[in-house]
Amino acid sequence: MALLEDRVNSVPAPRELTTKPRRSDQIFRFVVTLGGMSSLVILGLIALFLSIKGIHILNEKGFSFITESRWEVVTDENQEVIQSTFGIGAMLVGTMLTAVIALFVGVPISILGALYLSFYASGRVKTFLVSLIDLMAAFPSLLFGFWGFFVFMDSAEYWAKLINKYLGFIPIFQVPTPIFERSPFIAGLVLAIMIIPIVTSISREIFAQTPLDRIQAAFALGATRLTMIRAVVIPYGRGGIVGGAMLGLGRAMGETVAVYTVLNVVYAVNWQMLFGAGGNIASLILLKFGEAGAYEVDALMAAGLILFLLTLVVNFAADFLVNRFGKRGR
Amino acid sequence: MSEENQNQKAMPASLASVAAKHAQKQPGTNPLGTGLEARGVHAWFGTKHVLSDVTLDFAAGTVTALIGPSGCGKSTFIRTLNRMHEFIPTAALAGEVRLDGKDIYAPGTDVTKIRLKIGMVFQKPNPFPSMTIGENVLSGLKLAELKRSNTDDLLESCLVRAGLWNEVKDRLKEQGGSLSGGQQQRLCIARSLAVEPQVLLMDEPCSALDPGSTFRIEETIAELSQTMTIIIVTHNMQQAARVSDYTAFFLSNDGPGLMVETGPTSQIFSAPRDKRTEDYVTGRFG
Ligand SMILES: Nc1ncnc2c1ncn2[C@@H]1O[C@H](COP(=O)(O)OP(=O)(O)OP(=O)(O)O)[C@@H](O)[C@H]1O
Ligand SMILES: [Mg+2]
Repeated sequence: MALLEDRVNSVPAPRELTTKPRRSDQIFRFVVTLGGMSSLVILGLIALFLSIKGIHILNEKGFSFITESRWEVVTDENQEVIQSTFGIGAMLVGTMLTAVIALFVGVPISILGALYLSFYASGRVKTFLVSLIDLMAAFPSLLFGFWGFFVFMDSAEYWAKLINKYLGFIPIFQVPTPIFERSPFIAGLVLAIMIIPIVTSISREIFAQTPLDRIQAAFALGATRLTMIRAVVIPYGRGGIVGGAMLGLGRAMGETVAVYTVLNVVYAVNWQMLFGAGGNIASLILLKFGEAGAYEVDALMAAGLILFLLTLVVNFAADFLVNRFGKRGR
Repeated sequence: MSEENQNQKAMPASLASVAAKHAQKQPGTNPLGTGLEARGVHAWFGTKHVLSDVTLDFAAGTVTALIGPSGCGKSTFIRTLNRMHEFIPTAALAGEVRLDGKDIYAPGTDVTKIRLKIGMVFQKPNPFPSMTIGENVLSGLKLAELKRSNTDDLLESCLVRAGLWNEVKDRLKEQGGSLSGGQQQRLCIARSLAVEPQVLLMDEPCSALDPGSTFRIEETIAELSQTMTIIIVTHNMQQAARVSDYTAFFLSNDGPGLMVETGPTSQIFSAPRDKRTEDYVTGRFG
């Protein structure tokens, strides 16, 4: 009896489980770790550089750097700064406004395109379109900007007027004066076209991974393609689509040249997307960088730092959303 | 496979007696229509001819087992019966499959309606993981855009008929993936039942399951055969003997698969007409 009790009372502590990896595996592990850490290091160095250059501007200007909407430097004949006002409020709003418009227009089109390519297009059409989209993704943004400015602007302006006429009672579709050229709306549409290739190809890859047995199960239950996609493909791909959209958003927020070409840079906060005034942080930096003195360059670095942080926050938020809602369909 | 074979070698006679115990249904004794008829079915993948000239009747309200060695075209054949075969891009087909006398491959047929009438249960349980258990059972209604009042009753009756109700009645809101393999397979059966098919195709529905779950599913099959026509592919001879009224033996010898012999299950296991059938059911090859 005593023996049995002893055994019952002496439940052992869980053992520590270890393994000694082989030499080749250790070396490979080191190489892989190096690769994995490199992106972190590069990102860290960029953030560090921007902070070192820009932090004193942020300290000087305080909160007004992101609330104020003026960008003025007065210098004396020796190029010494006498007086300066730096505020990127308008550009911050413009960045988010154009990027959101781009997502609103670009992501649905991309998802539809990816669904078409994955479940409707066949054979040659599919191969051709896929390579076309990949080509589009590699297009320089300046070309999109030129096209947006010289070709697309006229028709976009026409749509803007239509929207303003019929939906003008909604505040964001109002305009203070009827200037429809070079508006955030048009810049957003150009950005939408720019992000469509990347979002489409990511969504397509995700859709292609949908487990075949689930697709077959749906069809065996009398599903049409539409109902199958709704019940199986979308729940499975949801997380990945959000991820792709975030890459698109990142590209849209950081886009410089295309926005600079299309948008009319004006230092005033403008939420009215059809009205021809705005700008984004990246295009501000491009506009000012060429003729800026040392002090102003630091201010531009500070603006870059804000853009960096904004991108970071948006991506973390997206990650959170994916983890929270995206996993259910897997 | 090898273990199964040894069992078969040991007791071919008992297989026949198992099958004999099972009172075989006569065609035409059932008010469920004329059932399903395959007429001269050939199937290809690309240029590879995998199934040749299969003609087979499935009388309404009967259970038919398809047996034969691996790769002889059983799955291919069963998938031609509800037009899942054409799902593979290179697949081609000749012949006719008639449901209640009408060719399901006739031009202008709505394939989704065919699949509603001829349901399918797959080898690997495949519930929809984004849906709860209850939603899984009723998913067919949504997928086929059917309207049903009183879905609660339907949900319960499907789960009862699939032999799963008692195990899941308190957890209908949990995810479908949270069930065991055997439970998942019964959930898939319940899901097929919700759209009220006339015919249920089952491709090795028990091959991934333990004996207990297998037994439950066999009970379910016996129950379901009162109201529908069932066609089941199985590698398990005892199972074929236990559940089926009729058995068809398929074989391919390097060429396309053929249907060698069909007949009442008790006859196939006791007195097969073809030497190859006898060799297979007695476990001499396969
Ligand atoms: N998608 C496909 N593409 C090309 N050939 C295929 C495809 N599916 C099956 N085959 C071939 O068709 C033949 C019949 O296959 P099938 O799956 O119908 O056999 P089976 O009798 O169900 O075998 P098992 O008992 O192993 O499931 C095999 O030779 C197989 O290699
Ligand atoms: Mg098979």
